[in-house]
Amino acid sequence: MWVELGHFCLILALGVSLIQAVLPLVGTLKPHSKFALWQALARPSAVLVFVLVSLSFATLAGAFLGNDFSVRYVSEHSNSLLPAHYQFAAVWGGHEGSLLLWVEILSLWGLAVAVFSKQLPLPMVARVLSVLGWVAIGFLLFILTTSNPFERLVPALQEGKDLNPLLQDPALVIHPPMLYMGYVGFSVAFAFAIAALLSGRLDVAWARWSRPWTLVAWVFMSFGIGLGSWWAYNVLGWGGWWFWDPVENASLLPWLCGTALLHSLMMTEKRGGFKAWTVLLAIAAFSLSLLGTFLVRSGVLNSVHAFASDPKRGVFILVFLALVVGTSLTLFAWRAPKLKAAPGAPVLRETLLLLNSVFLVVACAAVLLGTVYPMVIDALNLGKLSVGAPYFNLVFVPLMVPVLVLLVPGVVSTWKDTDGFSVLRRLWPMALLSLAVGLLVPAWMGHSLAVSLWSPGVTMGVALATWVAVGTLQHLLPRWLAPGRVSMGFVGMHLAHLGLAVLVLGVTLVKGYEVERDVSMNLGDTLNLQTYRFVLDGVQEVPGPNYAAKRADVSVFQGEQKLAVLHPEKRRYFSSPMPMTQAAIDVSPWRDLYVSLGEPMNKEQTQWSLRVYNKPFVSWIWAGVLLMMAGGVVAAADRRYRKSPKV
Amino acid sequence: MKPRHQRLLFIGIGLLALSAAAYFVLNAFQSNLVFFFTPSQIESGEAPKGHVFRVGGMVKEGSLQRQGMQVSFVVTDTRHDALVVYEGLLPDLFKEGRGVVAQGQLNANGQFVASEVLAKHDENYMPPEAKQALDDAAAKKLAGKLANSP
Repeated sequence: MWVELGHFCLILALGVSLIQAVLPLVGTLKPHSKFALWQALARPSAVLVFVLVSLSFATLAGAFLGNDFSVRYVSEHSNSLLPAHYQFAAVWGGHEGSLLLWVEILSLWGLAVAVFSKQLPLPMVARVLSVLGWVAIGFLLFILTTSNPFERLVPALQEGKDLNPLLQDPALVIHPPMLYMGYVGFSVAFAFAIAALLSGRLDVAWARWSRPWTLVAWVFMSFGIGLGSWWAYNVLGWGGWWFWDPVENASLLPWLCGTALLHSLMMTEKRGGFKAWTVLLAIAAFSLSLLGTFLVRSGVLNSVHAFASDPKRGVFILVFLALVVGTSLTLFAWRAPKLKAAPGAPVLRETLLLLNSVFLVVACAAVLLGTVYPMVIDALNLGKLSVGAPYFNLVFVPLMVPVLVLLVPGVVSTWKDTDGFSVLRRLWPMALLSLAVGLLVPAWMGHSLAVSLWSPGVTMGVALATWVAVGTLQHLLPRWLAPGRVSMGFVGMHLAHLGLAVLVLGVTLVKGYEVERDVSMNLGDTLNLQTYRFVLDGVQEVPGPNYAAKRADVSVFQGEQKLAVLHPEKRRYFSSPMPMTQAAIDVSPWRDLYVSLGEPMNKEQTQWSLRVYNKPFVSWIWAGVLLMMAGGVVAAADRRYRKSPKV
Repeated sequence: MKPRHQRLLFIGIGLLALSAAAYFVLNAFQSNLVFFFTPSQIESGEAPKGHVFRVGGMVKEGSLQRQGMQVSFVVTDTRHDALVVYEGLLPDLFKEGRGVVAQGQLNANGQFVASEVLAKHDENYMPPEAKQALDDAAAKKLAGKLANSP
């Protein structure tokens, strides 16, 4: 009964979205008639859509928590033994529910725009909410026609099939909502861009309104990607943190484009330049978000042909994507002649920022190519192939080098510098310092790990990280320590760049110095890995709520000192024949010691296979992401976004 | 600079970056495309020697052998078999009678030396490459039967 109510709420939400999409837009098109009043409908209808979708979401969550296995979707993704917090997370554990989450978050962003837009003129709000309304219509139609989570099962099942064991992890409870906050958040940046195109006034005010929204979306997206990577590292048990898997790429693409958009919006806000580029980036970032949803949700990743045999879902998203891209580009082409660049010569900083965003976009395109190419080839029946991770590393890394190099002159040059030489004169001591650090670090690491003292890759990575960190700090600290107010935007930018430096350092050192060993050990055996000793003390059977596990006790020593006892597990979930490896990690700022348990090598189970890693500086990767996010949050809190801009 | 010059600069930079990227991409693409072959294709000598590729199919029942960390197993598409050797931990989902995809290359003895055994999927999911291998073989068998029947 409740579930039917939820279904009904979703249908109502579609109706209200139609009102939100059409009436305010008509109002803005006829500002001097009685229709102008319709603009005022935008805010209340956005609020109403949020309420309706939330009710619908709540009924589905209720069905999960109440173990209502007469609902097909619940019976496929939950189980009465599943702990309650995972039952709640199971709402978005499958296709239908995760789309409902998408719409729930979209309506949340709509609500946020409706509430936090007091300083915006009404026609702007009406246009933005109308665009969001159109997006909501697309997704609500998608759910209602192809992916209804409220479908009943006759006869009802006594017990559900359980949530995929891989998804039963705290990080996975919050990973999809965070990622979707990012994906969907770019719809707001998109809506602002389209609204500005519709109004024909792409002015500084538009860029200023759009920036905090884009920043917040970018922060969520970074968090989502970081969490996903951290989850893969902790749960998949292979010790990797980025696999260039299509699912990962699907989230990286809009992130790269969104990063370029953030920087481009700043240029537009500060100097009124590159408006067309900024608008295109906003359109691209959202389109890539939709593409990401398509890749992950249509089944096309499993097999292009599986998609072709049940094409309803995939075709819907593809058509929707084509409509979004087509309509926005047509609008863009129609309005582009009106985009006039601001008067005044471009300054060095603009050129550098532009170069940076071009490199980011090219990197994005290269990743897109590697992700989509195998699917296109497969769809054309030209054979099966995959693009290996080495391709992405080979392409991505060289493109990020200029981004990092240009970052520092881009930051320290002012809006007045016009020639590069004065900036270069200021920066060359730092360049030398970075190079020196880049040479010293591998020598020191090599010395302590007893490996080669010379590694060009590590030197480059460390030098770039130092370059960005020192460039950032020498610019930030004097301003921060000096009396007087420093703008939050300034601090946020530097924090984010510092985070990038930390991330680059982490990636460089873990790639340069990680060691992995697959071994078989008898109980009591010792494994020496660099300066560490691992002793397999024993393996026991331990029960869990919906699984049984074999748990090993592995003591880790350095010299005579006992560092930790690690407990890697091999779990067998009752609902699934598939075992699950739960790695155990001893985390420290300088290195992670990582052990996962393989299989017994003999019948008596006295000999086991184990995988042991030492990962230097791996936590710096996530620390870097956190710093970047902190920078984004600080920048979004800047006072000037809350003041009413002079129009 | 006039707006027109600015646009020219913009286009110039864009083209430069694009051609640089195109260079990287083509270089990297050529060496990193990993093609897929079925055990039947390996048998008939279609698979490259000295180049990385993927093989997929079912793990033949009873074919898994361990010697320390060295494992070997047979991948079959039901028509032909391919022996795969691998050193290291097998993924959780590896099981006899189930689908598998391995990436690696052929050694001098014609054995497939895997550097990676892939299993990023749940227990109901068949790797697309493995499924294709089985489908291809089934289609060939069917075609053979039809040809032999009067």
